[in-house]
Amino acid sequence: MTAVQLPRRRALRVPVAWRRPAAIAGSVVLLAWVLVALLDPLLGLQDPLQQSVGDAFRAPSAAHPFGTDALGRDVLSRTLWGVRSSLPLAVALVAGSLVVGSVLGAVAGYLGGAVDEVIMRIADLVFAFPTIILAMVVAAALGPSLLNAVVALLVVSWPNYARVMRSLVLGARGQEYVVAGRLLGAGPFTSLRRDVLPNVSAPMLVLAMLDFGNQILLLAGLSFLGLGAVPPTPEWGSMVADGVTQFSSWWLATFPGLAIFSVVVAFNLIGDSLRDALDPRTAGAVQGSSI
Amino acid sequence: MSGLDIRGLTLELGGRRILDGVDVEVPAGQVTGLAGESGSGKTMTGLAVIGLAPAGAKVSGTVAYDDGEVRVPDLLALRPGAMNRLRGRRIAMVFQDPTASLQPMLSVGTQLTDHMRHHLHLSRSAARTRAAELLERVRVPSPEAALKRYPHQFSGGQLQRIAFAIAIACEPKVLIADEPTTALDVTVQAGVLRLLRELTDDLGLAVLLVTHDLGVMSAVADTVAVMRNGSVVEHGSRFQIITDPQTAYAKELVESLPHTPPPGTGEGEA
Repeated sequence: MTAVQLPRRRALRVPVAWRRPAAIAGSVVLLAWVLVALLDPLLGLQDPLQQSVGDAFRAPSAAHPFGTDALGRDVLSRTLWGVRSSLPLAVALVAGSLVVGSVLGAVAGYLGGAVDEVIMRIADLVFAFPTIILAMVVAAALGPSLLNAVVALLVVSWPNYARVMRSLVLGARGQEYVVAGRLLGAGPFTSLRRDVLPNVSAPMLVLAMLDFGNQILLLAGLSFLGLGAVPPTPEWGSMVADGVTQFSSWWLATFPGLAIFSVVVAFNLIGDSLRDALDPRTAGAVQGSSI
Repeated sequence: MSGLDIRGLTLELGGRRILDGVDVEVPAGQVTGLAGESGSGKTMTGLAVIGLAPAGAKVSGTVAYDDGEVRVPDLLALRPGAMNRLRGRRIAMVFQDPTASLQPMLSVGTQLTDHMRHHLHLSRSAARTRAAELLERVRVPSPEAALKRYPHQFSGGQLQRIAFAIAIACEPKVLIADEPTTALDVTVQAGVLRLLRELTDDLGLAVLLVTHDLGVMSAVADTVAVMRNGSVVEHGSRFQIITDPQTAYAKELVESLPHTPPPGTGEGEA
Protein backbone atom coordinates (compact mmCIF):
# COMPACT_ATOMS: atom_id res chain seq x y z
CA MET A 1 0.00 0.00 0.00
CA THR A 2 2.99 2.31 -0.16
CA ALA A 3 1.71 3.92 -3.30
CA VAL A 4 -1.34 5.27 -1.52
CA GLN A 5 0.42 6.60 1.57
CA LEU A 6 0.30 10.23 0.55
CA PRO A 7 -3.26 11.23 -0.26
CA ARG A 8 -3.32 14.99 -0.11
CA ARG A 9 -6.90 15.90 -0.50
CA ARG A 10 -10.18 14.10 -0.21
CA ALA A 11 -10.80 14.50 -3.94
CA LEU A 12 -7.75 12.37 -4.59
CA ARG A 13 -8.73 9.73 -2.11
CA VAL A 14 -11.99 8.72 -3.75
CA PRO A 15 -10.33 6.86 -6.62
CA VAL A 16 -8.34 4.88 -4.10
CA ALA A 17 -11.49 3.87 -2.27
CA TRP A 18 -12.82 2.94 -5.69
CA ARG A 19 -10.48 -0.03 -5.66
CA ARG A 20 -12.84 -1.86 -3.32
CA PRO A 21 -14.55 -4.82 -5.01
CA ALA A 22 -18.03 -3.51 -4.20
CA ALA A 23 -17.27 -0.15 -5.73
CA ILE A 24 -15.81 -1.77 -8.83
CA ALA A 25 -18.81 -4.03 -9.28
CA GLY A 26 -21.24 -1.13 -8.87
CA SER A 27 -19.30 1.11 -11.22
CA VAL A 28 -19.00 -1.58 -13.87
CA VAL A 29 -22.74 -2.24 -13.89
CA LEU A 30 -23.57 1.43 -14.00
CA LEU A 31 -21.00 2.13 -16.67
CA ALA A 32 -22.39 -0.74 -18.72
CA TRP A 33 -25.85 0.81 -18.58
CA VAL A 34 -24.52 4.21 -19.55
CA LEU A 35 -22.74 2.63 -22.52
CA VAL A 36 -25.91 0.82 -23.51
CA ALA A 37 -27.82 4.08 -23.35
CA LEU A 38 -25.27 5.82 -25.55
CA LEU A 39 -24.84 2.99 -28.03
CA ASP A 40 -28.46 1.84 -28.37
CA PRO A 41 -28.75 2.83 -32.06
CA LEU A 42 -25.56 0.90 -32.87
CA LEU A 43 -26.46 -2.35 -31.16
CA GLY A 44 -28.42 -3.68 -34.12
CA LEU A 45 -31.54 -4.18 -32.04
CA GLN A 46 -35.03 -4.27 -33.40
CA ASP A 47 -36.91 -1.02 -33.32
CA PRO A 48 -38.37 -0.93 -29.78
CA LEU A 49 -41.54 0.65 -31.13
CA GLN A 50 -42.06 -1.77 -34.01
CA GLN A 51 -45.26 -3.70 -33.45
CA SER A 52 -46.08 -7.08 -34.86
CA VAL A 53 -49.42 -8.28 -33.59
CA GLY A 54 -48.88 -11.77 -34.93
CA ASP A 55 -45.83 -12.15 -32.66
CA ALA A 56 -47.52 -11.03 -29.41
CA PHE A 57 -46.59 -12.79 -26.15
CA ARG A 58 -43.82 -14.90 -27.65
CA ALA A 59 -41.67 -16.59 -25.00
CA PRO A 60 -37.92 -15.90 -25.06
CA SER A 61 -36.35 -17.47 -28.16
CA ALA A 62 -33.35 -16.93 -30.40
CA ALA A 63 -35.14 -14.25 -32.38
CA HIS A 64 -36.46 -12.55 -29.24
CA PRO A 65 -34.10 -13.40 -26.34
CA PHE A 66 -36.39 -11.64 -23.84
CA GLY A 67 -39.63 -12.51 -25.60
CA THR A 68 -42.22 -10.09 -26.95
CA ASP A 69 -44.98 -8.06 -25.31
CA ALA A 70 -48.71 -7.70 -25.95
CA LEU A 71 -48.10 -5.76 -29.16
CA GLY A 72 -45.33 -8.05 -30.38
CA ARG A 73 -42.56 -5.58 -29.53
CA ASP A 74 -39.16 -7.00 -28.66
CA VAL A 75 -38.66 -6.88 -24.86
CA LEU A 76 -34.85 -7.01 -25.10
CA SER A 77 -34.84 -3.98 -27.33
CA ARG A 78 -37.32 -2.15 -25.14
CA THR A 79 -35.35 -2.96 -22.00
CA LEU A 80 -32.10 -1.70 -23.48
CA TRP A 81 -33.76 1.40 -24.90
CA GLY A 82 -35.62 1.94 -21.63
CA VAL A 83 -32.41 2.85 -19.82
CA ARG A 84 -32.40 6.08 -21.80
CA SER A 85 -35.46 7.39 -20.03
CA SER A 86 -35.34 5.50 -16.72
CA LEU A 87 -31.75 6.09 -15.65
CA PRO A 88 -31.41 9.83 -16.18
CA LEU A 89 -34.87 10.44 -14.76
CA ALA A 90 -34.19 8.41 -11.63
CA VAL A 91 -30.82 10.10 -11.15
CA ALA A 92 -32.35 13.54 -11.64
CA LEU A 93 -35.18 12.69 -9.28
CA VAL A 94 -33.04 11.33 -6.47
CA ALA A 95 -30.41 14.03 -6.86
CA GLY A 96 -33.09 16.69 -6.96
CA SER A 97 -34.93 15.55 -3.88
CA LEU A 98 -31.64 14.93 -2.06
CA VAL A 99 -30.47 18.46 -2.74
CA VAL A 100 -33.79 20.20 -2.09
CA GLY A 101 -34.59 18.10 0.98
CA SER A 102 -31.09 18.38 2.43
CA VAL A 103 -30.87 22.11 2.03
CA LEU A 104 -34.30 22.77 3.52
CA GLY A 105 -33.79 20.24 6.30
CA ALA A 106 -30.33 21.55 7.16
CA VAL A 107 -31.50 25.15 7.25
CA ALA A 108 -34.51 24.19 9.38
CA GLY A 109 -32.41 22.20 11.81
CA TYR A 110 -29.57 24.65 12.07
CA LEU A 111 -31.47 27.90 12.31
CA GLY A 112 -34.45 26.54 14.24
CA GLY A 113 -37.21 28.90 15.35
CA ALA A 114 -39.67 30.29 12.83
CA VAL A 115 -37.72 29.09 9.80
CA ASP A 116 -37.80 25.56 11.15
CA GLU A 117 -41.53 25.79 11.85
CA VAL A 118 -42.42 27.02 8.38
CA ILE A 119 -40.31 24.46 6.53
CA MET A 120 -41.36 21.51 8.62
CA ARG A 121 -45.06 22.40 8.55
CA ILE A 122 -44.91 22.46 4.76
CA ALA A 123 -43.22 19.06 4.93
CA ASP A 124 -46.00 17.84 7.21
CA LEU A 125 -48.53 19.09 4.70
CA VAL A 126 -46.95 16.89 2.04
CA PHE A 127 -46.75 13.95 4.43
CA ALA A 128 -50.44 14.28 5.18
CA PHE A 129 -51.37 12.90 1.72
CA PRO A 130 -50.51 9.47 0.37
CA THR A 131 -47.41 9.87 -1.79
CA ILE A 132 -48.78 8.57 -5.06
CA ILE A 133 -52.09 10.44 -4.73
CA LEU A 134 -50.37 13.77 -4.21
CA ALA A 135 -47.92 13.04 -7.02
CA MET A 136 -50.93 12.29 -9.26
CA VAL A 137 -52.53 15.58 -8.37
CA VAL A 138 -49.38 17.54 -9.14
CA ALA A 139 -48.64 15.59 -12.31
CA ALA A 140 -52.21 15.97 -13.54
CA ALA A 141 -52.06 19.70 -12.90
CA LEU A 142 -48.82 19.99 -14.86
CA GLY A 143 -49.93 17.75 -17.71
CA PRO A 144 -48.67 14.29 -18.68
CA SER A 145 -45.00 14.13 -19.59
CA LEU A 146 -41.99 12.43 -18.07
CA LEU A 147 -40.47 15.71 -16.99
CA ASN A 148 -43.65 16.74 -15.19
CA ALA A 149 -43.79 13.34 -13.51
CA VAL A 150 -40.29 13.98 -12.19
CA VAL A 151 -41.29 17.41 -10.91
CA ALA A 152 -44.38 15.91 -9.26
CA LEU A 153 -42.31 13.24 -7.53
CA LEU A 154 -39.79 15.83 -6.43
CA VAL A 155 -42.58 17.75 -4.75
CA VAL A 156 -43.70 14.69 -2.80
CA SER A 157 -40.31 13.19 -1.96
CA TRP A 158 -38.20 16.06 -0.63
CA PRO A 159 -39.84 15.98 2.84
CA ASN A 160 -38.39 12.51 3.50
CA TYR A 161 -34.91 13.90 3.05
CA ALA A 162 -35.70 17.11 4.89
CA ARG A 163 -36.93 15.23 7.96
CA VAL A 164 -33.89 13.00 8.20
CA MET A 165 -31.53 15.88 7.48
CA ARG A 166 -33.14 18.08 10.08
CA SER A 167 -32.80 15.50 12.84
CA LEU A 168 -29.19 14.77 11.86
CA VAL A 169 -28.34 18.46 11.91
CA LEU A 170 -30.07 18.93 15.24
CA GLY A 171 -27.83 16.22 16.64
CA ALA A 172 -24.66 17.46 15.01
CA ARG A 173 -24.97 21.16 15.71
CA GLY A 174 -24.74 20.57 19.46
CA GLN A 175 -21.36 18.87 19.03
CA GLU A 176 -18.43 20.63 20.60
CA TYR A 177 -16.51 20.87 17.34
CA VAL A 178 -19.35 22.89 15.86
CA VAL A 179 -19.15 25.35 18.76
CA ALA A 180 -15.37 25.30 18.43
CA GLY A 181 -15.75 26.15 14.74
CA ARG A 182 -17.95 29.12 15.63
CA LEU A 183 -15.24 30.19 18.06
CA LEU A 184 -12.73 30.31 15.26
CA GLY A 185 -14.93 32.86 13.58
CA ALA A 186 -17.11 30.71 11.32
CA GLY A 187 -20.50 32.30 10.62
CA PRO A 188 -23.69 30.19 10.60
CA PHE A 189 -23.42 29.11 6.96
CA THR A 190 -19.71 28.42 7.05
CA SER A 191 -20.29 26.40 10.18
CA LEU A 192 -23.08 24.46 8.52
CA ARG A 193 -21.02 23.71 5.44
CA ARG A 194 -17.68 23.06 7.10
CA ASP A 195 -18.56 21.34 10.35
CA VAL A 196 -22.13 20.07 10.23
CA LEU A 197 -22.76 18.77 6.70
CA PRO A 198 -19.69 16.53 6.33
CA ASN A 199 -20.65 14.78 9.52
CA VAL A 200 -24.20 14.03 8.45
CA SER A 201 -23.58 13.20 4.79
CA ALA A 202 -23.18 9.45 5.27
CA PRO A 203 -26.76 8.61 6.32
CA MET A 204 -28.14 10.98 3.69
CA LEU A 205 -26.14 9.25 0.99
CA VAL A 206 -27.38 5.84 2.10
CA LEU A 207 -30.93 7.14 2.19
CA ALA A 208 -30.61 8.48 -1.36
CA MET A 209 -29.15 5.25 -2.70
CA LEU A 210 -31.92 3.19 -1.13
CA ASP A 211 -34.45 5.59 -2.57
CA PHE A 212 -33.45 4.86 -6.17
CA GLY A 213 -35.56 1.74 -6.61
CA ASN A 214 -38.47 3.40 -4.93
CA GLN A 215 -38.32 6.38 -7.22
CA ILE A 216 -38.07 4.30 -10.39
CA LEU A 217 -41.19 2.40 -9.31
CA LEU A 218 -43.05 5.58 -8.36
CA LEU A 219 -42.20 6.98 -11.74
CA ALA A 220 -43.55 3.77 -13.24
CA GLY A 221 -46.69 4.19 -11.18
CA LEU A 222 -47.30 7.60 -12.69
CA SER A 223 -46.54 6.28 -16.17
CA PHE A 224 -48.99 3.44 -15.60
CA LEU A 225 -51.67 5.96 -14.77
CA GLY A 226 -50.89 7.82 -17.96
CA LEU A 227 -49.21 10.73 -16.19
CA GLY A 228 -45.60 9.87 -16.93
CA ALA A 229 -43.99 8.18 -19.88
CA VAL A 230 -46.33 8.52 -22.83
CA PRO A 231 -47.16 4.94 -23.96
CA PRO A 232 -44.96 3.92 -26.84
CA THR A 233 -41.82 5.23 -25.07
CA PRO A 234 -39.94 2.29 -23.57
CA GLU A 235 -39.53 2.90 -19.86
CA TRP A 236 -38.71 0.22 -17.25
CA GLY A 237 -41.29 1.18 -14.71
CA SER A 238 -44.19 1.12 -17.15
CA MET A 239 -42.91 -2.13 -18.66
CA VAL A 240 -42.97 -3.76 -15.22
CA ALA A 241 -46.38 -2.28 -14.55
CA ASP A 242 -47.71 -3.71 -17.83
CA GLY A 243 -46.08 -7.04 -17.21
CA VAL A 244 -47.24 -7.80 -13.69
CA THR A 245 -50.79 -8.41 -14.88
CA GLN A 246 -49.64 -11.06 -17.39
CA PHE A 247 -48.75 -14.00 -15.18
CA SER A 248 -48.40 -16.44 -18.04
CA SER A 249 -45.89 -14.17 -19.80
CA TRP A 250 -43.35 -13.98 -17.00
CA TRP A 251 -40.70 -12.36 -19.21
CA LEU A 252 -42.64 -9.12 -19.53
CA ALA A 253 -42.03 -7.95 -15.98
CA THR A 254 -38.95 -10.00 -15.22
CA PHE A 255 -36.42 -8.43 -17.59
CA PRO A 256 -37.16 -4.74 -17.00
CA GLY A 257 -37.45 -5.67 -13.31
CA LEU A 258 -33.96 -7.15 -13.38
CA ALA A 259 -32.74 -4.01 -15.07
CA ILE A 260 -34.17 -1.86 -12.26
CA PHE A 261 -32.71 -4.27 -9.73
CA SER A 262 -29.23 -4.07 -11.26
CA VAL A 263 -29.28 -0.28 -11.24
CA VAL A 264 -30.49 -0.12 -7.64
CA VAL A 265 -27.83 -2.58 -6.49
CA ALA A 266 -25.16 -0.70 -8.40
CA PHE A 267 -26.12 2.58 -6.78
CA ASN A 268 -26.20 0.98 -3.35
CA LEU A 269 -22.73 -0.50 -3.77
CA ILE A 270 -21.42 2.83 -4.98
CA GLY A 271 -23.19 4.65 -2.18
CA ASP A 272 -21.65 2.39 0.45
CA SER A 273 -18.18 2.84 -0.93
CA LEU A 274 -18.66 6.55 -1.30
CA ARG A 275 -19.71 6.79 2.32
CA ASP A 276 -16.64 4.89 3.45
CA ALA A 277 -14.41 6.94 1.24
CA LEU A 278 -15.75 10.26 2.49
CA ASP A 279 -15.26 9.38 6.14
CA PRO A 280 -11.60 9.59 7.16
CA ARG A 281 -12.30 7.15 9.99
CA THR A 282 -13.30 4.34 7.66
CA ALA A 283 -10.95 5.32 4.86
CA GLY A 284 -8.40 3.82 7.27
CA ALA A 285 -6.72 1.40 4.89
CA VAL A 286 -5.87 4.37 2.75
CA GLN A 287 -4.41 6.56 5.42
CA GLY A 288 -1.58 4.53 6.93
CA SER A 289 -1.35 3.70 10.61
CA SER A 290 -2.02 6.13 13.40
CA ILE A 291 0.87 7.90 15.08
CA MET B 1 -5.67 47.56 31.48
CA SER B 2 -4.70 45.18 28.74
CA GLY B 3 -6.74 42.02 28.64
CA LEU B 4 -10.33 41.31 29.56
CA ASP B 5 -12.34 43.08 32.19
CA ILE B 6 -15.57 41.38 33.10
CA ARG B 7 -17.98 43.51 35.12
CA GLY B 8 -21.33 42.51 36.56
CA LEU B 9 -21.83 39.69 34.06
CA THR B 10 -25.33 38.32 34.51
CA LEU B 11 -26.94 35.51 32.57
CA GLU B 12 -30.50 34.32 32.82
CA LEU B 13 -31.71 31.16 31.19
CA GLY B 14 -35.34 30.08 31.36
CA GLY B 15 -36.05 32.37 34.29
CA ARG B 16 -33.11 31.05 36.26
CA ARG B 17 -30.15 33.21 37.09
CA ILE B 18 -27.06 31.23 36.10
CA LEU B 19 -24.61 34.09 36.47
CA ASP B 20 -25.30 36.73 39.05
CA GLY B 21 -22.90 39.61 38.57
CA VAL B 22 -19.53 38.05 37.85
CA ASP B 23 -16.56 40.42 38.23
CA VAL B 24 -13.18 39.17 37.04
CA GLU B 25 -10.17 40.82 35.51
CA VAL B 26 -8.08 38.80 33.12
CA PRO B 27 -4.85 40.74 32.59
CA ALA B 28 -2.45 40.04 29.72
CA GLY B 29 0.48 37.77 30.43
CA GLN B 30 -1.31 36.09 33.31
CA VAL B 31 -3.36 33.01 33.87
CA THR B 32 -6.52 33.84 35.73
CA GLY B 33 -8.13 30.78 37.22
CA LEU B 34 -11.87 30.41 37.57
CA ALA B 35 -12.57 27.76 40.18
CA GLY B 36 -15.77 26.41 41.64
CA GLU B 37 -17.98 23.37 41.81
CA SER B 38 -20.07 22.05 38.91
CA GLY B 39 -22.96 24.33 38.11
CA SER B 40 -21.31 27.38 39.64
CA GLY B 41 -21.26 29.07 36.25
CA LYS B 42 -17.60 28.76 35.30
CA THR B 43 -18.12 27.47 31.77
CA MET B 44 -21.11 29.74 31.22
CA THR B 45 -18.89 32.71 32.04
CA GLY B 46 -16.45 31.66 29.32
CA LEU B 47 -19.19 31.14 26.75
CA ALA B 48 -20.97 34.38 27.62
CA VAL B 49 -17.74 36.35 27.21
CA ILE B 50 -17.24 35.05 23.70
CA GLY B 51 -20.89 35.58 22.82
CA LEU B 52 -21.94 31.96 22.55
CA ALA B 53 -24.30 31.65 25.46
CA PRO B 54 -27.08 29.13 24.75
CA ALA B 55 -30.03 30.29 22.65
CA GLY B 56 -32.60 32.16 24.71
CA ALA B 57 -30.14 33.30 27.37
CA LYS B 58 -30.38 36.88 28.56
CA VAL B 59 -26.93 38.33 29.15
CA SER B 60 -26.14 41.67 30.75
CA GLY B 61 -23.11 43.39 32.24
CA THR B 62 -19.99 44.50 30.40
CA VAL B 63 -16.92 42.74 29.09
CA ALA B 64 -14.20 45.21 28.13
CA TYR B 65 -11.49 44.06 25.76
CA ASP B 66 -8.19 45.82 25.13
CA ASP B 67 -5.03 44.51 23.53
CA GLY B 68 -3.24 47.75 22.71
CA GLU B 69 -4.33 47.60 19.06
CA VAL B 70 -8.02 47.01 19.43
CA ARG B 71 -10.21 48.30 22.22
CA VAL B 72 -13.78 47.20 22.66
CA PRO B 73 -15.61 48.81 25.56
CA ASP B 74 -18.18 46.02 25.67
CA LEU B 75 -17.99 42.73 23.80
CA LEU B 76 -21.58 41.94 24.72
CA ALA B 77 -22.82 44.99 22.81
CA LEU B 78 -21.09 44.02 19.56
CA ARG B 79 -23.12 43.06 16.51
CA PRO B 80 -22.81 39.35 15.58
CA GLY B 81 -20.66 40.08 12.53
CA ALA B 82 -18.19 42.20 14.50
CA MET B 83 -18.04 39.58 17.25
CA ASN B 84 -17.36 36.94 14.61
CA ARG B 85 -14.32 38.85 13.41
CA LEU B 86 -12.90 38.87 16.94
CA ARG B 87 -13.55 35.18 17.57
CA GLY B 88 -10.58 33.09 16.66
CA ARG B 89 -8.64 36.26 15.75
CA ARG B 90 -8.42 38.12 19.06
CA ILE B 91 -10.16 35.75 21.42
CA ALA B 92 -9.74 32.01 21.19
CA MET B 93 -10.96 29.11 23.22
CA VAL B 94 -9.79 25.63 24.09
CA PHE B 95 -12.30 23.04 25.19
CA GLN B 96 -12.32 20.21 27.67
CA ASP B 97 -12.40 17.20 25.38
CA PRO B 98 -10.24 17.48 22.27
CA THR B 99 -11.79 14.36 20.74
CA ALA B 100 -15.08 16.26 20.69
CA SER B 101 -13.86 19.74 19.88
CA LEU B 102 -11.93 18.83 16.73
CA GLN B 103 -13.96 18.17 13.60
CA PRO B 104 -13.56 14.45 12.81
CA MET B 105 -14.06 14.81 9.06
CA LEU B 106 -11.38 17.44 8.43
CA SER B 107 -7.63 16.88 8.48
CA VAL B 108 -5.59 18.61 11.16
CA GLY B 109 -4.00 20.71 8.44
CA THR B 110 -7.36 22.00 7.24
CA GLN B 111 -8.53 22.81 10.74
CA LEU B 112 -5.29 24.54 11.51
CA THR B 113 -5.24 26.68 8.36
CA ASP B 114 -8.89 27.56 7.66
CA HIS B 115 -9.13 30.35 10.19
CA MET B 116 -5.66 31.70 9.41
CA ARG B 117 -6.59 32.02 5.76
CA HIS B 118 -9.88 33.65 6.76
CA HIS B 119 -8.69 36.04 9.45
CA LEU B 120 -5.11 36.74 8.35
CA HIS B 121 -5.70 36.34 4.60
CA LEU B 122 -2.73 34.01 4.26
CA SER B 123 -2.23 31.97 1.11
CA ARG B 124 -2.72 28.24 1.31
CA SER B 125 1.01 27.52 1.34
CA ALA B 126 1.86 30.29 3.80
CA ALA B 127 -0.84 29.04 6.15
CA ARG B 128 0.47 25.52 5.77
CA THR B 129 4.02 26.59 6.64
CA ARG B 130 2.79 28.45 9.66
CA ALA B 131 0.65 25.48 10.68
CA ALA B 132 3.70 23.23 10.69
CA GLU B 133 5.56 25.78 12.82
CA LEU B 134 2.65 25.92 15.24
CA LEU B 135 2.58 22.15 15.59
CA GLU B 136 6.29 22.23 16.27
CA ARG B 137 5.69 24.98 18.82
CA VAL B 138 3.21 22.83 20.74
CA ARG B 139 5.54 19.84 20.32
CA VAL B 140 3.49 17.54 18.16
CA PRO B 141 5.94 15.07 16.63
CA SER B 142 6.61 15.21 12.86
CA PRO B 143 4.43 18.28 12.15
CA GLU B 144 4.47 17.94 8.36
CA ALA B 145 3.03 14.44 8.50
CA ALA B 146 0.63 15.39 11.30
CA LEU B 147 -0.99 18.03 9.09
CA LYS B 148 -2.23 15.30 6.77
CA ARG B 149 -3.70 13.17 9.50
CA TYR B 150 -7.17 13.19 11.01
CA PRO B 151 -8.12 13.71 14.65
CA HIS B 152 -8.88 10.04 15.30
CA GLN B 153 -5.26 9.20 14.56
CA PHE B 154 -3.90 11.13 17.53
CA SER B 155 -3.88 10.52 21.26
CA GLY B 156 -5.80 12.78 23.63
CA GLY B 157 -2.74 14.71 24.79
CA GLN B 158 -1.58 15.34 21.24
CA LEU B 159 -5.06 16.40 20.23
CA GLN B 160 -5.18 18.94 23.03
CA ARG B 161 -1.82 20.29 21.91
CA ILE B 162 -3.26 20.58 18.41
CA ALA B 163 -6.30 22.36 19.85
CA PHE B 164 -3.92 24.84 21.49
CA ALA B 165 -2.09 25.28 18.19
CA ILE B 166 -5.43 26.03 16.48
CA ALA B 167 -6.33 28.48 19.23
CA ILE B 168 -3.07 30.47 19.07
CA ALA B 169 -2.76 30.34 15.26
CA CYS B 170 -4.07 33.86 14.65
CA GLU B 171 -2.12 35.28 17.58
CA PRO B 172 -5.08 36.03 19.78
CA LYS B 173 -4.63 38.13 22.89
CA VAL B 174 -7.16 36.35 25.03
CA LEU B 175 -7.43 32.59 25.48
CA ILE B 176 -10.31 30.99 27.29
CA ALA B 177 -9.37 27.49 28.38
CA ASP B 178 -12.35 25.51 29.59
CA GLU B 179 -11.11 22.57 31.66
CA PRO B 180 -8.33 21.95 29.15
CA THR B 181 -6.79 19.10 31.09
CA THR B 182 -9.76 17.38 32.68
CA ALA B 183 -10.09 14.77 29.95
CA LEU B 184 -6.39 13.93 30.06
CA ASP B 185 -4.52 11.66 32.41
CA VAL B 186 -2.19 13.16 34.98
CA THR B 187 1.16 12.85 33.23
CA VAL B 188 -0.21 14.25 29.98
CA GLN B 189 -1.93 16.97 32.02
CA ALA B 190 1.39 18.24 33.35
CA GLY B 191 2.74 18.60 29.82
CA VAL B 192 -0.31 20.47 28.58
CA LEU B 193 -0.24 22.80 31.59
CA ARG B 194 3.43 23.54 31.05
CA LEU B 195 2.56 24.38 27.45
CA LEU B 196 -0.23 26.68 28.59
CA ARG B 197 2.11 28.52 30.95
CA GLU B 198 4.75 28.83 28.27
CA LEU B 199 2.30 30.25 25.72
CA THR B 200 1.00 32.72 28.28
CA ASP B 201 4.47 34.04 29.03
CA ASP B 202 5.81 34.03 25.46
CA LEU B 203 2.76 35.47 23.69
CA GLY B 204 1.55 37.71 26.51
CA LEU B 205 -1.82 35.98 26.44
CA ALA B 206 -4.56 36.86 28.85
CA VAL B 207 -5.73 33.40 29.85
CA LEU B 208 -9.00 32.62 31.57
CA LEU B 209 -8.55 29.11 32.89
CA VAL B 210 -11.79 27.46 33.87
CA THR B 211 -11.37 24.39 36.03
CA HIS B 212 -12.79 22.71 39.09
CA ASP B 213 -9.39 21.24 39.82
CA LEU B 214 -7.49 23.33 42.33
CA GLY B 215 -4.45 21.14 41.71
CA VAL B 216 -4.38 22.40 38.15
CA MET B 217 -4.92 25.95 39.43
CA SER B 218 -2.04 25.75 41.81
CA ALA B 219 0.20 24.59 38.98
CA VAL B 220 -0.37 27.43 36.51
CA ALA B 221 -2.73 30.18 37.68
CA ASP B 222 -1.42 33.57 38.78
CA THR B 223 -4.66 34.61 40.39
CA VAL B 224 -7.68 32.51 41.26
CA ALA B 225 -11.30 33.57 41.33
CA VAL B 226 -13.57 31.23 43.25
CA MET B 227 -17.12 31.05 41.94
CA ARG B 228 -20.25 29.85 43.61
CA ASN B 229 -23.86 30.07 42.47
CA GLY B 230 -23.05 32.39 39.63
CA SER B 231 -20.85 34.95 41.29
CA VAL B 232 -17.24 35.32 42.36
CA VAL B 233 -16.94 34.88 46.10
CA GLU B 234 -13.23 35.41 46.37
CA HIS B 235 -10.47 36.58 44.05
CA GLY B 236 -6.84 36.63 45.06
CA SER B 237 -3.39 35.44 44.19
CA ARG B 238 -2.97 31.72 43.80
CA PHE B 239 -0.82 31.55 46.91
CA GLN B 240 -3.32 33.44 49.00
CA ILE B 241 -6.32 31.41 47.87
CA ILE B 242 -4.62 28.08 48.45
CA THR B 243 -2.89 28.88 51.72
CA ASP B 244 -5.14 31.45 53.29
CA PRO B 245 -8.66 31.47 51.89
CA GLN B 246 -10.76 34.24 53.38
CA THR B 247 -14.28 33.05 52.73
CA ALA B 248 -15.83 29.94 54.15
CA TYR B 249 -16.61 28.52 50.71
CA ALA B 250 -13.09 28.94 49.37
CA LYS B 251 -11.82 27.30 52.54
CA GLU B 252 -14.09 24.33 51.99
CA LEU B 253 -13.00 24.03 48.39
CA VAL B 254 -9.33 24.08 49.32
CA GLU B 255 -9.88 21.57 52.08
CA SER B 256 -11.54 19.22 49.64
CA LEU B 257 -8.21 18.82 47.88
CA PRO B 258 -7.00 15.27 48.32
CA HIS B 259 -3.43 16.15 49.21
CA THR B 260 -2.14 17.60 52.46
CA PRO B 261 -1.99 21.40 52.48
CA PRO B 262 1.46 22.95 52.65
CA PRO B 263 2.93 22.80 56.17
CA GLY B 264 2.60 25.86 58.35
CA THR B 265 -0.96 26.63 57.36
CA GLY B 266 -2.23 24.88 60.45
CA GLU B 267 -4.74 22.88 58.44
CA GLY B 268 -4.89 19.14 58.13
CA GLU B 269 -1.93 18.59 60.45
CA ALA B 270 -3.77 17.28 63.46
